[in-house]
Amino acid sequence: MSLLSLTAVELGKKIKAHEVTVEEATRAALDAIHEKEGSINSFVTVDEKNALARAKEVQKGIDDGIYTGPLAGVPVAIKDNMCTKGLLTTCSSKILYNFIPTYTAEAVINLEKAGAVIIGKTNMDEFAMGSTTETSAFGATKNPWNTEHVPGGSSGGSCAAVAAEECFYALGSDTGGSIRQPSSFCGVTGIKPTYGTVSRYGLIAYGSSLDQIGPIAKDVTDCATILEAITSYDKKDSTSVEREDTDFTSALVDDVKGMKIGIPRDYLGEGLDPEVKDAVLAAAEKLEEKGAVVEEFDLSLVEYAIPAYYVIAAAEASSNLARFDGVKYGYRTKEYEGLHNMYKKSRSEGFGPEVKRRIMLGSFVLSSGYYDAYYLKALRTKALIKQAFDKAFEKYDVIIGPAAPTTAPKLGESLSDPLKMYLGDVYTVSVNLAGLPGITVPCGMDSKGLPIGLQLIGDCFKEKNIIRAAYSFEQTREYKHSPLAEAQEGGTENA
Amino acid sequence: MANVISDETMEYVGILAKLELSDEEKEAAKKDMESMLDYIDKLNELDTSNVEPMSHVFPVKNVFREDVVENRDGGEDTLFNAPERRDRAFVVPKTVEN
Amino acid sequence: MHKEYETVIGLEVHVELATKTKIFCACSTAFGSAPNTHTCPVCTGMPGSLPVLNKKVVEYAMAVGVATNCQINQYSKFDRKNYFYPDNPQNYQISQLYLPICHDGGVEIETSAGKKTIGIHEIHMEEDAGKLVHDDWEDVSLVDYNRSGVPLIEIVSEPDMRSADEVIAYLEKLRMIIQYLGASDCKMQEGSMRADVNLSVREKGTSEFGTRTEMKNIGSFKAIAHAIEAETARQIDLIESGEKVVQETRRWNDEQGYSYAMRSKEDAQDYRYFPEPDLVPIVISDEWLQQIKDNQPELRDEKLARYVSEFGLPEYDAQILTSEKKLADIFEATTELCKKPKKVSNWLMGETMRLLKEHEMDAADLKFSPANLAKLIEMAEAGTINGSVAKEVFEHIFAEDADPEKYVEEHGLKSDNDEDALRAAIEQIVKDNPQSVEDYHNGKEKAIGFLVGQTMKATKGKANPGLVNKILKEIL
Repeated sequence: MSLLSLTAVELGKKIKAHEVTVEEATRAALDAIHEKEGSINSFVTVDEKNALARAKEVQKGIDDGIYTGPLAGVPVAIKDNMCTKGLLTTCSSKILYNFIPTYTAEAVINLEKAGAVIIGKTNMDEFAMGSTTETSAFGATKNPWNTEHVPGGSSGGSCAAVAAEECFYALGSDTGGSIRQPSSFCGVTGIKPTYGTVSRYGLIAYGSSLDQIGPIAKDVTDCATILEAITSYDKKDSTSVEREDTDFTSALVDDVKGMKIGIPRDYLGEGLDPEVKDAVLAAAEKLEEKGAVVEEFDLSLVEYAIPAYYVIAAAEASSNLARFDGVKYGYRTKEYEGLHNMYKKSRSEGFGPEVKRRIMLGSFVLSSGYYDAYYLKALRTKALIKQAFDKAFEKYDVIIGPAAPTTAPKLGESLSDPLKMYLGDVYTVSVNLAGLPGITVPCGMDSKGLPIGLQLIGDCFKEKNIIRAAYSFEQTREYKHSPLAEAQEGGTENA
Repeated sequence: MANVISDETMEYVGILAKLELSDEEKEAAKKDMESMLDYIDKLNELDTSNVEPMSHVFPVKNVFREDVVENRDGGEDTLFNAPERRDRAFVVPKTVEN
Repeated sequence: MHKEYETVIGLEVHVELATKTKIFCACSTAFGSAPNTHTCPVCTGMPGSLPVLNKKVVEYAMAVGVATNCQINQYSKFDRKNYFYPDNPQNYQISQLYLPICHDGGVEIETSAGKKTIGIHEIHMEEDAGKLVHDDWEDVSLVDYNRSGVPLIEIVSEPDMRSADEVIAYLEKLRMIIQYLGASDCKMQEGSMRADVNLSVREKGTSEFGTRTEMKNIGSFKAIAHAIEAETARQIDLIESGEKVVQETRRWNDEQGYSYAMRSKEDAQDYRYFPEPDLVPIVISDEWLQQIKDNQPELRDEKLARYVSEFGLPEYDAQILTSEKKLADIFEATTELCKKPKKVSNWLMGETMRLLKEHEMDAADLKFSPANLAKLIEMAEAGTINGSVAKEVFEHIFAEDADPEKYVEEHGLKSDNDEDALRAAIEQIVKDNPQSVEDYHNGKEKAIGFLVGQTMKATKGKANPGLVNKILKEIL
């Protein structure tokens, strides 16, 4: 069996037991990347040289008893919107094609402290704006289950890299479903934590009030372990929350007896692919069999989440992305006449169409005369959505539903109709608006052989509930390796 | 009600956002924006007259730093990625008219 | 017949706060370093950086609000003001629009027209921009972010002022209050206090406001007076000739003596304010507010009254001594040491003011220690040195904070108190100047002055003048 088919925690144990060296694990990941990148393009940057040097350093740290945690020595891939000191960080945008940060994102620092080896930076929708990873300036990432399909997005590179077994786990970010939706499409597990749990310092902002970093891995155990490692109260992030209950791995318990689980009827209606619906309901049954109390209920307001989300995210993005102007870093147009022409040309040439579309929309909804009608209206709607969840969580410990209405669409199908693409976020965006934690775990396959994900949503700061439910559900099925992951196994045997 | 975005509005938003769209891009962006706004108008179905706008989800408040200098000379790091620099300053097209 | 017009003025005053660090990062606010020395990812708008609020900024803003009789918003927030300019690294400024920290206050001013209250609409906190240096040869500007993120408060007045005199009295009042609070040094020349002037004119007797213009960042009191005069005349001319005043931002050129519109197609002036998602609300408890009120130092008006009642100083002295906080600080510390308030006052109002003027310095720049002035006063009082020597020594205290005892010792300036030797010298002078002696006896009191002068000359200025007088009178 290939080393890469191990989970992060399994590999960590083998490294600790001296069955595998950090360098072997790192080389195995780098080899897998070399072999598969041509098919899936999940990386923007592969940092071979530094990864190998770091592997030696971490090995020594482990031998010297400095790194003792479960992730020590395990190679990781980082979404390319997290700053990494000395390592190209592009947000998959031409406007940052040459940006080398002089600081590292706090979440990545936390991983480094846990003995992680960073092997590279993963592809994404440009500035995390998209649901397919097709808006990347460096080419689309393909789905490891079927390379004619998208991996989802915006953390498509991270999810595809995990599913294709190019790395053991990855970090993603989630503004409106960008961890949970591609995890669903790629058949992997991903958590979007409660807002404020993982520091946003060094995460290149898209929608500041919605963005959270989270883990993407093969199973719930890995995700809980990684989340435990990256969670920190960070004084550099004013929205960071000081929490005590961050021993997420303590919730890895196969027991949902008496747990109250609600399925919003609003999540099962029009637009939901019947195969996805069946898989989600089958998962609900499994949980019920295990002793959970499962019932359908009306969450309400679901159809208002997307418009509210797009107003808020676009408004914040229009401001957050103003700093990319050709003055301090990144792309500056070659020829220009005067300051404003330099700004306009640099930005127009540097940003892709989807980013420009959202900046335009965001600038418009904030502009004089429209602020109340659009932006404030969206913030009021957000308050109502939060109230609806608060009410639901008075009754339920966990809410479950699909992560996306369909399985992964074919490449090129989504971008032609942006609104349709936005509608695909219907089950994920309200979680960001309300700041809630959510997890996606694989729950089945459709007739095309594409994975289906189950989304579990918890109340604020109740990650443990969703981890416990997801872990219990996970025990009812086997992890399925993608064809591209299998390919490597064969490849290794042939070599 | 269908939203109609005028060319002037597109021009104006372009000035605000410092984006210069080609004619083709502009037409596409206009259509997208119109359909997005039609969709966003769905929010008007909701009565939010008694609802406070919520910018922060949690009641986190009063996050402060003490007034203590901790940063050293950051000049080289600051200028590390500069598209154009002279000595220790960024260079931009002249910002005032003669 | 000519119509009579009235000028209506409101001010937006920006004050750089005297914090050690910037408003949202731990970079120093120190002046005079090489470009971009005091910078970090936060104050240069690097991707992924986040602001964290300096508590001292909130406390200074509250203190200024309390001192200007404002209401304090106990729930306050920051907003983003979006506009593109290279001195603004994020291309948005973090400021306060919807819930500023202070609102609805006012201060009393006094001009020749009498006393009047100028309303303060609001005070908000915000970050300063970087500095642009223009290179005329190469058509480029150089950007330095050392000032980017230095904390500012913006004090927005009501349109309550009607003349340049009132504007200057208001600015003086603010400067005095803020200096006394220690919240800023308020030096207009160095830009730590800057004013934007909103001005309109209207026919006298009408209650509606005319269309106003805004003049940005005027650098001195004198320039403000000029700018007000010129803008008033410009607007009246427009109205008289049947044209309309356009609401616009204008830049005042003090050398040329005129303002020009800063209009550009690229400046839409649509700032798209929205709540800053990277910062959390500021909630000021009653206790915190009380603490700020309790720690409020004695302000100028109280100090002035106390100098008259406690030290028995004339109102005039008290006015001048309290006109600059530094002067008042030196006065109090020196008086504490030598217990001679009037003498201290005389030194500060006389020699100190003279030397400040001579060196074109502000009282805020005074460097000498109260201990040395106190010593000097005591030495002069004791007759250890005479008046002219004291003045000479003071110049060295003023310039290099010299220790008067040491200085007098090193330069051999001690008064000559050897009575026998002095008597012998005076006897000789009386003998040499019979005419003066005669004049004296004939009732010309002044003649004695000449003899004193001769004695001082003979003793190289070291004689104790009191003693000289005494001996002279005895001999005569």
